[in-house]
Amino acid sequence: MPWDPHADVIVVDRPPDRGGAASDLYRAFGETLRGLRTTFGRIIEGTTTLQYPEEKTAVYPRFRGRHKLHRFEDTGLEKCVGCSLCAAACPADCIRVVAAENTPELRVSPGERYAAVYEINMSRCIFCGYCEVACPFDAITMGHDYELSDFARSDLIFTKEMLLAEPLERTPLRAAGE
Amino acid sequence: MIATVSYFEPWWIQVLKSIVIFAIALQLVPVVLLVERKLLGRFQNRFGPNRVGPYGVLQPLADIGKLLTKEQSRPTTSVGFLFALAPGISICTAVATFAIIPFGDPQDIFGTKVGLYGIDVSIGPLYLFAFGAIAFYGLMLGGWASGSKYSFLGAMRAAAQLISYEVSQGLALVGVVITAGTLSLTGIVHAQGGMWYIVPQLIGFLVFMTAGFAETNRAPFDLAEADAELVGGYNTEYGGARFASYFFAEYLNVIVVSGVATTMFLGGWLLPFGLDPPGWVDPFVVLFKMALFVSLFIWIRATLPRLRYDQLMAFGWKVLLPLATINALVTAIVVVATH
Repeated sequence: MPWDPHADVIVVDRPPDRGGAASDLYRAFGETLRGLRTTFGRIIEGTTTLQYPEEKTAVYPRFRGRHKLHRFEDTGLEKCVGCSLCAAACPADCIRVVAAENTPELRVSPGERYAAVYEINMSRCIFCGYCEVACPFDAITMGHDYELSDFARSDLIFTKEMLLAEPLERTPLRAAGE
Repeated sequence: MIATVSYFEPWWIQVLKSIVIFAIALQLVPVVLLVERKLLGRFQNRFGPNRVGPYGVLQPLADIGKLLTKEQSRPTTSVGFLFALAPGISICTAVATFAIIPFGDPQDIFGTKVGLYGIDVSIGPLYLFAFGAIAFYGLMLGGWASGSKYSFLGAMRAAAQLISYEVSQGLALVGVVITAGTLSLTGIVHAQGGMWYIVPQLIGFLVFMTAGFAETNRAPFDLAEADAELVGGYNTEYGGARFASYFFAEYLNVIVVSGVATTMFLGGWLLPFGLDPPGWVDPFVVLFKMALFVSLFIWIRATLPRLRYDQLMAFGWKVLLPLATINALVTAIVVVATH
């Protein structure tokens, strides 16, 4: 019931009377014991924490962590053809691609062009995965690595070489049904 | 002469004893600190500190080292002398109260009879409450001299709380004193040879422990600190070693209340089932029983939420005080009727 400022009688919500102070005290004591039992149950239950630097959270297969650039396994050519669709799709504007022409002497990717510069600024990336979706050749995918802290902002700009390199598997993958 | 003190030791034993007792008290505090954080962790499904040293045992050292190396800052609105004095009062009264807790019968050490306690005064509980009342000056002056509104609110709460709960605590012990027929703490322990007073004085025990939580400003009666609303209460403006003193005094008070409860209700160094170990075991029995009480303090802290101020006052005056009074009255009638 809303409060009417002109009302003479103000209705106050009170808990139901359960039989006076003695019964209140008795119930409070009982509830205290119940509370003590509940907290003691937590000790019996044991700990559920993860000792982070030693143990790591297992991630799901579709977890969006640090990006990876891929090569063709048979020819070793880079999948990226420097089309810049990922840079266009990026809402954080953290991808920079500078394309160059492939020549018969220097063939880096199977297409006409390749990415001469491919940089992702990890301090800006929001890990939305749009780059992965935009890429027509599956050249860029989101990896599982989430340990990305560093001492300087400039160290968080990942170059093509860093993204192409086989990443250290630092993050455990969740087993099926886990 | 109001209080007789049963000095039967030479003066050098007295000096040595005070140093040993202070050293023991000083060693117990970091242990309680660590145990509290570890246990609180377990109560919340986590480990608690486990990084500093093996199993985190060096955590209290790290904490104390950090506090002692911090800058001593002081608000410009504070009253300098009192601001510096207040933590000292807290810590002195806490250590002084520790002196009356008996750890065993007098033992022969270096061919001299040595009582395993600081002093055995003939006014045991009164000594305890006297220093408990002075301890409140530590909080009150600290909060007032800080010149900060949060500190002042905390100090006011501490004052109101200590005054209202000290009455019940005192009355709760009256039953024990009547039953034992002595005010000396060693005498009270010896009087529990047949049965620990926790059985006949169960109500008194419950009231004493509840008031003890309020006296030591521990959850659920930690309104004087109330980190959530008062940012630490009386110790808001304190930092570094002075804050460490307050911290030390609080935990020492927990130990003291545990010790007094052990002495008054759990039969001190006496063991049940007719067990009578050699004298050197007695202090360990007392320490073990104290550890049980300290764990209870921590368990309660992990369980109960902080009371509102009016609830605290209502509980103290309307529940604890009548209970303690009735307990003392009934005990007195029973003792008179049976003798």
